[in-house]
Amino acid sequence: MRSSKSIALLATFATVAIALTACSSAADAGDDGRVTVKVSIDPGLEKGAVDAFNDRVEQFEKANPKIDLEVQEYNWAATTFTAQLAGGTLPNVFTVPFTDGRGLVERKQVADISAQVAELPYAKDFNPNIAEAGMSPEAKMWAVPIAAYGQALHYNRALFTQAGLDPNDPPSTWDEVRTAARQIAQRTGQAGYAQMTSGNTGGWILTTVDYAYGGRTERVTGDKAEATIDTPEMASVLKDMKDMRWSDNSMGANFLYDWGTINQDFAAGRIGMYVSGGGNYGQLVTQNGIKAADYGVTALPLTDDKNAGVLGGGTLAVVSANSDDATKAAAVKWIDFYYMEKLTDHDAAVQDAKTLAESNAPVGSPALPVFDKATYDKTLEWTAEYVNVPLKQMTPYTDNMFDQPLLTEPSRSTQEVYALLDPVVQTVLTDRAADIKSLLAKAEADAQALLDRN
Amino acid sequence: MILDTRPAAPPRPSPPRRRRRRTPRTWVRGGGLTTLVFLLPMLVVFTLFSWLPIGQAVVMSFQETNLVSAATFVGLDNFRDVLSDPLLWTAVGNTLWFALLALLFGYPLPLLAAVLMSEVRRFRGVYSALAYLPVVIPPVVAVLLWKFFYDASPTGVFNTLLGAVGIGPVPWLQDAGIAMPALVIEATWAAAGGTVIIYLAALTGVAPELYEAAEIDGASVWRKVWHVTLPRLRGVLLVTFILQIIGTAQVFLEPFLFTGGGPANSTTTILLLIYNYAFANSLGGDYGAATALSIMLAAVLAIFSVIYFRVTRAWSAS
Repeated sequence: MRSSKSIALLATFATVAIALTACSSAADAGDDGRVTVKVSIDPGLEKGAVDAFNDRVEQFEKANPKIDLEVQEYNWAATTFTAQLAGGTLPNVFTVPFTDGRGLVERKQVADISAQVAELPYAKDFNPNIAEAGMSPEAKMWAVPIAAYGQALHYNRALFTQAGLDPNDPPSTWDEVRTAARQIAQRTGQAGYAQMTSGNTGGWILTTVDYAYGGRTERVTGDKAEATIDTPEMASVLKDMKDMRWSDNSMGANFLYDWGTINQDFAAGRIGMYVSGGGNYGQLVTQNGIKAADYGVTALPLTDDKNAGVLGGGTLAVVSANSDDATKAAAVKWIDFYYMEKLTDHDAAVQDAKTLAESNAPVGSPALPVFDKATYDKTLEWTAEYVNVPLKQMTPYTDNMFDQPLLTEPSRSTQEVYALLDPVVQTVLTDRAADIKSLLAKAEADAQALLDRN
Repeated sequence: MILDTRPAAPPRPSPPRRRRRRTPRTWVRGGGLTTLVFLLPMLVVFTLFSWLPIGQAVVMSFQETNLVSAATFVGLDNFRDVLSDPLLWTAVGNTLWFALLALLFGYPLPLLAAVLMSEVRRFRGVYSALAYLPVVIPPVVAVLLWKFFYDASPTGVFNTLLGAVGIGPVPWLQDAGIAMPALVIEATWAAAGGTVIIYLAALTGVAPELYEAAEIDGASVWRKVWHVTLPRLRGVLLVTFILQIIGTAQVFLEPFLFTGGGPANSTTTILLLIYNYAFANSLGGDYGAATALSIMLAAVLAIFSVIYFRVTRAWSAS
């Protein structure tokens, strides 16, 4: 009996000891100089895209024998990012939108990699407007801009044809968008035009269309930010949207779309047109398996207002705040290898494009240049033979994207103001009696309160 | 078998017990150490994953923190911010609306189902299994399934069915007035099975003689339920009532997965608001406000529970 008690005691101690040991975390850098870096890959990718990524990992490890890469699924989502950030569960290298760059840097929630970035050969060649998104107040680059985009109007060519519209002549004004949407809805039974409304994307797209109508949602003077939501431009945007929803009934039946679900329905042929980033085709292929022949994209229609412009944004690569110096150095090497070299170096661009193409992952989706247009054009030339996206179907966008005035997203409390605008769009689309004037007045007051607090 | 019919011997007066002094030695000899060791894993787990986070939440509700930089104490500011947030009262209203609808649909239905099932002579096991089946389905899967059913287009599953009888299409989750009842219907479907099983178990405790006596007195099925079944289930009904209130006050999964709180905040509940305070802003949420509201909700529920049990104690005992 006594011996069985002793065994029980020992077993309990052993269990607790093992459990506690399991709770402790492993260090990033080992004593032998080896470094392990956790890098991120989008979740839910098609097999080809995963294979292409794994090939790149292998190539990197071969070139850097002292660095081991661990691949972790990650994509930025407003509602989960902060939990991952606070919980310390992000990979060492991860990506964030431009809107979050400055805030993360100011709060020191990402690592200071400015010393390592400064050593990169192209460190001084970034387009200054784009580089600004990753700069600290002291103008040091804590985050590396890896991609930039302008918003565009994506459309389904098959639905256009089915509705008797010419897929090679997509709408170029908002009136034409409305007419096309009505025709698609009437003749195909699908949503002619749909819009994101949830998870802050409602505010994002509303701001995009507001910009396209010549509006702005904030005015910054020195340190003071003023909310400018209750404007004639914003009222026009919402009125047109309301007409499309309630008079034309051309916006379908789902008014709670976010980025993931609208992509899904668009790829499934349930949406005629929607607004999103110009380079979205890559996601539509790798995550939603869109049929290439059905895809079309055109420049975002702009009104005649002299202030009308295209909302642009982009992606920054950052390194987690808890990374030590060795890990930071290795992480910047990966950022350089995976995200940047292909934008500046012939061999790297070709190798990247070749790897992607061999795995049937998309090559050649439209993007805005992170450096200058000449560098961008050069990379297009280098990789031309590997391009596998339907470039011809993208010409309505690519022929015009450099001619449109590009505007940056609002810089203060961006995501919080977007979140405030979500219910405004939702109300207009779900309540026939929605009073646009009072909705905008309330949203502006709430936004101002937010801006004053932050 | 021989029955011992002798009267029991009167109890012998026990000698006055000498109180043994408790020393660490006697505690160890008495098996105290073993008890502690066996208790230790549970204590560690509870401390790490339950008590410590609760304690941290209380502290955090008085702080401003982004969980990366050092936290600063802000006194009652978080509580003031939360109480002055107009969305709080929308969330409270929505939660009460959900609770009321859930009480109307979700409270009597399982009871009715259990009473009917207990009356059934054949295939009772099959009915129980069918009633319990939704509980077995993972909640997220169930919600995604129902999201598919609730498709607001005329080709949606429910709308196709309703269309056959000339109703609809109903904008299930896409209308501020209908979204919450739609959520309650799914929540009732998902949770009723568990309550049915509890009621069925309680019903087996009702003595059959009571029903027989009622039948002899000429009672109808309805009178038997009203005068026999319900009074015997009183204790269980009280517990399930309070559990239902606590559960509905903390509703999160349905609004989070179905609507994200929309359309136009019509399904934003208190817990979803807490989540949004903490996590909706990608640049580090307002964890102070989130924990402050959590603590206020916990306090309200605790007070409600105490009052409820005090008020109903007499009724329960009778």
